Amino acid sequence: MRHIAQSLVGLIITLLVVSFVIFLVMEAVPGDPAEIILGMSAAPDTLAALRSQLGLDQPFLVRYSNWLIGLLQGDLGDSYTYSTSVSQLIGERLEVTLPLTGLAALLSVLISVPLGVLAAARPNGLVDMFASLFSQIGIAVPNFWVGLLLILGVALTFGWFPAGGFPGWDAGFWSALNALILPSIALAIPQAAVLTRVTRAAVIEVTNEDFVRTARAKGATPSHALWRHIVPNAMIPIVTMLGMQISVLIAGAVLVENVFTLPGMGTLAYQALAQRDLIVIQNVVLFFAAIVMGINFLVDALYTVLDPRLRVRR
Amino acid sequence: MKRLPWSLIVGGTITAILIFAAIVSQFWTPVDPTAINIGNRLKGPGEGGILGSDHFGRDELSMIMAGAWVSLGIAFSAIAVGGLIGTVLGVVAASERGPFEALIMRVNDVLFAFPPVLSAILLAAILGGGPVTTIVAIALFMIPVFARVTRSAALQIWARDYILAARMSGKSSARITLEHVIPNIAAQIIVQIAIQTGLGILTEAGLSFLGLGIAPPTPSWGRMLADAQTYLTIAPHLVFVPGIAICTAVLGLNLLGDGLRDLTDPRRRQST
Repeated sequence: MRHIAQSLVGLIITLLVVSFVIFLVMEAVPGDPAEIILGMSAAPDTLAALRSQLGLDQPFLVRYSNWLIGLLQGDLGDSYTYSTSVSQLIGERLEVTLPLTGLAALLSVLISVPLGVLAAARPNGLVDMFASLFSQIGIAVPNFWVGLLLILGVALTFGWFPAGGFPGWDAGFWSALNALILPSIALAIPQAAVLTRVTRAAVIEVTNEDFVRTARAKGATPSHALWRHIVPNAMIPIVTMLGMQISVLIAGAVLVENVFTLPGMGTLAYQALAQRDLIVIQNVVLFFAAIVMGINFLVDALYTVLDPRLRVRR
Repeated sequence: MKRLPWSLIVGGTITAILIFAAIVSQFWTPVDPTAINIGNRLKGPGEGGILGSDHFGRDELSMIMAGAWVSLGIAFSAIAVGGLIGTVLGVVAASERGPFEALIMRVNDVLFAFPPVLSAILLAAILGGGPVTTIVAIALFMIPVFARVTRSAALQIWARDYILAARMSGKSSARITLEHVIPNIAAQIIVQIAIQTGLGILTEAGLSFLGLGIAPPTPSWGRMLADAQTYLTIAPHLVFVPGIAICTAVLGLNLLGDGLRDLTDPRRRQST
């Protein structure tokens, strides 16, 4: 428990530093938000009025702390270009990005864990050869290229899934889910490749431990030893990798959403950049960074659940 | 004579071809990679150059060669900056320990929270897209990667007896780092350089695909794919050619990294 409390404090401090860095960077962006909203031809007094309405005339630290207070209250301010609040905007976009990345993470685990375990059960066997081929190629393919290939080879050829766009969850659960299938496969394949490798290595390492020999000596069948003794003990590196890969998954979502024209968080950040909607960029980037750090914290906390030995040691 | 790992041979060959193509592209390409030839628009492989031509009639093979120069240049620059800073932070953290180490690792956590695409979007808001934005965004992410690898490798060296002997003989920790730690972790750093160059190429392609990378008309693999998206059904070869180039390059560098690791790490050699 002490370890978890410590890393929670660390998480909060890191989050504060990250938010400060982002705020500092946005401060360095050339151009005046009031001018971005009203356009170049706006009268100087109108600009000044808007600036004071947005609180832009206040000192740096006051604006920074106002932003933090707003964050805690769930009020992220209003978008410069969309006539809606940033929190509502993020909420809408999360309806796409959250299921997309969640589905991709799930798919990658469903592919990689069985493949990695079976590969490790018989090193240099047929499955192992296939697994190492899959992971070598999978790590090297860009997810947005997999997306393009899926559009070309599946969506446009067979028409089972849409080639892009998102009908929204109001259009029905299945048609919305259908629009996310190909993007999540594109996102999952490079992920699964990395995880397959980690799973195989972790399982092989645990297989060589003494307690596995003991279990086998006591009469456990190979498959019983594998699934009941080896795999649970190999989960730590797998979960660690999955946690570390969250940042890759989020970065990948920006690209894959772009390929499939999905209205998710990545597209939001990208469009906000094109429209110089700084307040959206600032909040979306912080949101992404917070998710990466939050997941890493959870993974760290999960260790103590997965491996009782760590509870004593730390 | 030891047998070289096959991954080293295959990976080394692919990487050598990649570097060779990139260098040659600076002197010679079959056609000028930026030359527009509307009469030769969207030709398939064989009919308009060996690998076909794009929507401006530009020669795909020439663009791939010139793109290799851009990809490698950006990946190497990012590694030169991020890898160097990360390595220095890692070895210093391992030699100083204490609050300084904790601070460095904390900074790493902050940097690690920004995948290159995110920092590129932030940087592009200030600088606009371009090579500098791309290099800095990738380099920022490389810092924690290299710092973690070198720190844990250096910590293992610091626990050895010969370090104790060096200390007894009165060497300062800076001297021990330079004379004993760095030479002993150099192999692991080189392995990382190979693997991270592959990741750098992937990231560069992604950023160019989003339009945050190098500006047209300089050819770039990522932007070739972005352009290909418009002509997906009419000219599918435009999707295959740059994609296969990216894949092969990254695969080659990864294999090279694996091969170097097998060659330099005796424990791994026995287990495989």
